[in-house]
Amino acid sequence: MTARMDKKFAELKAAGRPALVTYFMGGDPDYETSLEIMKALPASGADVIELGAPFSDPMADGPAIQLAGQRSLKGGHSLAKTLQMARDFRKGDDTTPIVIMGYYNPIYVYGVDRFLDEALEAGIDGLIIVDLPAEMDDELCIPARSRDINFIRLTTPTTDAKRLPKVLDNTSGFVYYVSMTGITGSALPDTTKIADAVNRIKASTDLPVCVGFGVKTAEHARLIGASADGVVVGTAIVNQVATSLDKDGQATADTVQSVATFVRGLATGVRSARLVAAE
Amino acid sequence: MNETPLPNSFRSGPDEDGRFGIFGGRFVAETLMPLILELQEEWDRAKTDPEFQKELAHLGTHYIGRPSPLYFAERLTEHLGGAKIYFKREELNHTGSHKINNCIGQILLAKRMGKTRIIAETGAGQHGVASATVAARFGLPCVVYMGATDVERQAPNVFRMKLLGAEVKSVTAGNGTLKDAMNEALRDWVTNVDDTYYLIGTAAGPHPYPEMVRDFQAVIGQETREQILAAEGRLPDLIIAAVGGGSNAIGIFHPFLDDKDVQLVGVEAGGHGLEGDEHCASITAGSPGVLHGNRTYLLQDHDGQILEGHSISAGLDYPGIGPEHSWLHSIGRVEYTPIMDNEALEAFQLLTRVEGIIPALEPSHAIAEVIKRAPKMGKDQIIVMNLSGRGDKDIFTVGKILGMGL
Repeated sequence: MTARMDKKFAELKAAGRPALVTYFMGGDPDYETSLEIMKALPASGADVIELGAPFSDPMADGPAIQLAGQRSLKGGHSLAKTLQMARDFRKGDDTTPIVIMGYYNPIYVYGVDRFLDEALEAGIDGLIIVDLPAEMDDELCIPARSRDINFIRLTTPTTDAKRLPKVLDNTSGFVYYVSMTGITGSALPDTTKIADAVNRIKASTDLPVCVGFGVKTAEHARLIGASADGVVVGTAIVNQVATSLDKDGQATADTVQSVATFVRGLATGVRSARLVAAE
Repeated sequence: MNETPLPNSFRSGPDEDGRFGIFGGRFVAETLMPLILELQEEWDRAKTDPEFQKELAHLGTHYIGRPSPLYFAERLTEHLGGAKIYFKREELNHTGSHKINNCIGQILLAKRMGKTRIIAETGAGQHGVASATVAARFGLPCVVYMGATDVERQAPNVFRMKLLGAEVKSVTAGNGTLKDAMNEALRDWVTNVDDTYYLIGTAAGPHPYPEMVRDFQAVIGQETREQILAAEGRLPDLIIAAVGGGSNAIGIFHPFLDDKDVQLVGVEAGGHGLEGDEHCASITAGSPGVLHGNRTYLLQDHDGQILEGHSISAGLDYPGIGPEHSWLHSIGRVEYTPIMDNEALEAFQLLTRVEGIIPALEPSHAIAEVIKRAPKMGKDQIIVMNLSGRGDKDIFTVGKILGMGL
């Protein structure tokens, strides 16, 4: 549903602060723990949730998210269960936007129409599908938009001025600026370059621009949030899950709590971003 | 039912979006999209540039050793007692397989584009060796991604690559085979977009790779056509080639696609049999999906997760296949059939003893299909098989299975 996302970003704009967009891997390390993590995200200050859908061959992700996907799949997770997780979450939260982030093949095999119908009914607000560039819009983007589900596109440092309009066309919800050429979990590049890129994109669209890849700390969140409309944190959250597991890869009493504590720190970062910018 | 009418020519694909029917396309991250478009522009210019074609042909003759012979396998023909059997001797090429045809073409393109670093993925190591070879020839640094399992079972090729100055990066993710190596190469490319050229080894991946690799390999079929006309005064009845990603097969098939009387058979790796997951028969036992930049037949579960295949031959150990093969299967122009590990192993030994040629395990699958079909055909009929690589790299694997320590 597009209204939930638009409302959230409008509220944040009024409040004068950037969004904290948090990614976690659905089903990592098991369904129940993962659902508790999802519920803990807004409670800890997250504004938008990216619900990771695992894929066996995540070409754009670094080792942390790849391993999280493997744990999730090993525990029997699937695209159907990803949708179920959203349904379960929606029982207690009807305002936090949920974006499914993953790769196209599981959706293609599930059936695009079936997936979109069920996603809408499950309370999904948007999709980020890494391996569907603008050239492939007929596959999923157009069908999603026709059902009032946002299709959030990644723009990257290689998206030049000539290409940007094509990438922004059909994008909705927000624009996800990938801070670097690289995979998730790499080192964060120079934040002034990121700010320049964000301003360049903002000159071409009214959509909020969120920045991700390489954001690991509250300080990163604060620096990036000074120019961006949102800050996306993924690998660092997935790492909180990974380090809390026991030697057999099972959840411990600390798993949900360590994610919540970490996200609270990030939330402080985004909430102080504009204060610094105004100085 | 609305069936799409068959095209006037089977050789006109892909369309401008890189599609062969529903197969192919450009399913890549946005970071790579501008690079792929740039590559396509350069390829479009190069393929009609006489200077590029001249340099390609010159290196083909003097560096690769083209044309490769079309050899009448007299003893095997006699042994099987049916159709006349010819081998297209791609195993005699420099570096020992057809892979060099594509590598020479792509490195010339990389040079035109001003790229200064080459990356490649490899399964059996033949493409890795060919990539390392052309990188050495053109003085460019080269990183080859290879699954950890393959590093172990193809040790001689790992050593060759290192001798040639390439850095071999062992990939431990997944089963440590070709699919995992390709994921890792894509991660490298997405990180090093400015200076790096990704030299894909098979006719798969995002457009324009399937078309480009096919065109570089089509020299195999073009020569075969001339050679068989010179030898027999007519085209063959049947052409057989092994299919992993499918570059040697599409290379020999493509110039014959519009010759309706020439039957084309692609041989997939049947591994231990098609019942379980221990095979790599993407077309025979898989279903359409999206992986590594293209839509094609894949081995996958009901959730769209890609399965790890198995084959005795590292070069066929990939859970997908080039998109043009998927299309040729869907329209019925090419027949795809599996050959099991043990059948390939028997064919490997037979060819060695009857013809004095040690084939790679990949074309041994095609030989096994020849062994099945030739006796049922008339003595006036002709089979051409693409002998795509030599078996030196496989003697350790075969020795281990046959219980002969080396």
